Amino acid sequence: MTFVVPELEIYEPPQPPKGGAHTNLGKKLAAAIIPLTACLYVGLVILAPALSIVVQAFAKGIQPFLDNLTSPELLSAIKMTLITAAIAVPANTIFGLAAATAIARKKFRGKALLLSIIDLPFSISPVVVGLMLVLLYSPSNGVFGGLINSLGWKIIFSWPGIVMATIIVTFPFMAREVIPLLEEEGWEQEEAAKTLGANNWQVFWMVTLPSVRWAALYGLILTTARALGEFGAVSVVSGNIRGETQTLPLFVEDAYKQYQTELAFGAAAVLGAVALVSLLLKFAVELLLEQDKKAQQIKPDA
Amino acid sequence: MAPAWLRPGTLPNLKLPSWPWRFTWLYLGLVLFLPLGAISLKAAGVGPAGFWELATTPEAIASYQISFGLAVVASLINGVFGLVIAWALVRCRFPGQRLLDSLIDLPFALPTAVAGLALAAVYGSENGWLGEPLYRLFGIKVAFSAIGVAVAMVFISLPFVVRTVEPVLRSLEKEQEEASWCLGASQAQTFFRVVFPQLLPALLGGIAQGFSRAVGEYGSVVMISSNIPFVDLITPTLIIQKLEEYDIDGATVIGSVMLLFSLASLLVINLIQVWGQRYQATSTAVG
Repeated sequence: MTFVVPELEIYEPPQPPKGGAHTNLGKKLAAAIIPLTACLYVGLVILAPALSIVVQAFAKGIQPFLDNLTSPELLSAIKMTLITAAIAVPANTIFGLAAATAIARKKFRGKALLLSIIDLPFSISPVVVGLMLVLLYSPSNGVFGGLINSLGWKIIFSWPGIVMATIIVTFPFMAREVIPLLEEEGWEQEEAAKTLGANNWQVFWMVTLPSVRWAALYGLILTTARALGEFGAVSVVSGNIRGETQTLPLFVEDAYKQYQTELAFGAAAVLGAVALVSLLLKFAVELLLEQDKKAQQIKPDA
Repeated sequence: MAPAWLRPGTLPNLKLPSWPWRFTWLYLGLVLFLPLGAISLKAAGVGPAGFWELATTPEAIASYQISFGLAVVASLINGVFGLVIAWALVRCRFPGQRLLDSLIDLPFALPTAVAGLALAAVYGSENGWLGEPLYRLFGIKVAFSAIGVAVAMVFISLPFVVRTVEPVLRSLEKEQEEASWCLGASQAQTFFRVVFPQLLPALLGGIAQGFSRAVGEYGSVVMISSNIPFVDLITPTLIIQKLEEYDIDGATVIGSVMLLFSLASLLVINLIQVWGQRYQATSTAVG
């Protein structure tokens, strides 16, 4: 007896109709065009400028770059920037968390409006933010000019103005990251904590804050990055006095305008490095956020 | 008497303590409403006739034309390329995709002064990597011209389109496209009749956000612009110039125009979002 083994070719899937190879090639080309265009565009618009900073800053080697960094004016600009961030970021963090706990889980008329109001600084031009502060606190033209003169304060062309401008420009970040997360999560855990006798602070520190920790960290990174790099609003109120009221971004522009190109690129490289670090941190926190979400999705089933 | 949430009978309707609420309003008041009030007060003090006159000086109108015109151009360019980039990120697999993805966020992260410096260096017509060849081959001067301003606006507003379109594109169901192919639609028909309408709200939203940002942008534009009135002087720079000339009324009025524009654009962006959500709701209900 013999078994007839059918030929393997029979089981090949039906070939596509004529011209298949041609359309395949066309498809491949078409498929390659989109990523190529995307990469080319991003390369021209984003990558080339970013690389140019690094190249220009280190054009004469590492030693001149380090020498530039020790310029006293640059150091004072770095100090000013850090002081500004050290005040603006904690203030906005507290506001963001307070606003999130106050707003996220309430339903009330005009909630959407309030959320839009919190987002407002994102759509107002930074220059207008600075202008508003001048109109409020300028000793000669401000609404509170008389009051400030009589108190002997200096807000415009001084550090309080710079800090305020930075605060206005950066305050939405935190609230914006935390509110959606709190809205998604229910009340149950807080309710449970309260029934177990926790007070408001305990509920906030031990239940609410841990549940939004990654989003809060994300907001913190965005706030800090923007606070360190804000230019428009700060430039209006700072007065741009070298060694006194100049922040690092203002220093970049000032040095560039005065044809101290190397100094400008040195300072820009520092800011660029900060931006890069913030991007990397953001990326890491995004991963953690994803993991957190996955872990929470599994919980109800278990 | 104990606050409502402490009374055992009312436990189910837990109410947050009011201090975060109060703090929110106090902070918003100090940081946002007070400055907004100041500019409104000052603008009102100018009077309607004076306001109109200062808002429509030839210089101001030229700056609006430059700011708004170039921002329209920049955001439309980004509308096209942002869609292409989002498509590449979601639907294609290629080496360097991760890098492309993280580069998109760079304009958000990079301080605007640094961006302006970098763009001015790359697009400078004397020794910029891209500016010099462009000038030599085509006679196009990018940096220190209106084109440079547009390039800066493109840089600053690119992430908006990509990051709004990307999630919507990712959430589209492949089945719809397959159904469309099965029903005999060509690729172009599938894209324009099935995919594109669903992306449209996100795309428009992204373009509007980018446009709003580009109009208000100062840091990167001021570095690459020659800041000559009637040529490439944008409205924010004009405000700063007015302030430096102690023309407070002029600065206030033009600033209020910008402010009104931002409020209007915020409204439009919200409306687009509402429209998009409604669109998505109906499409999922039907599907």
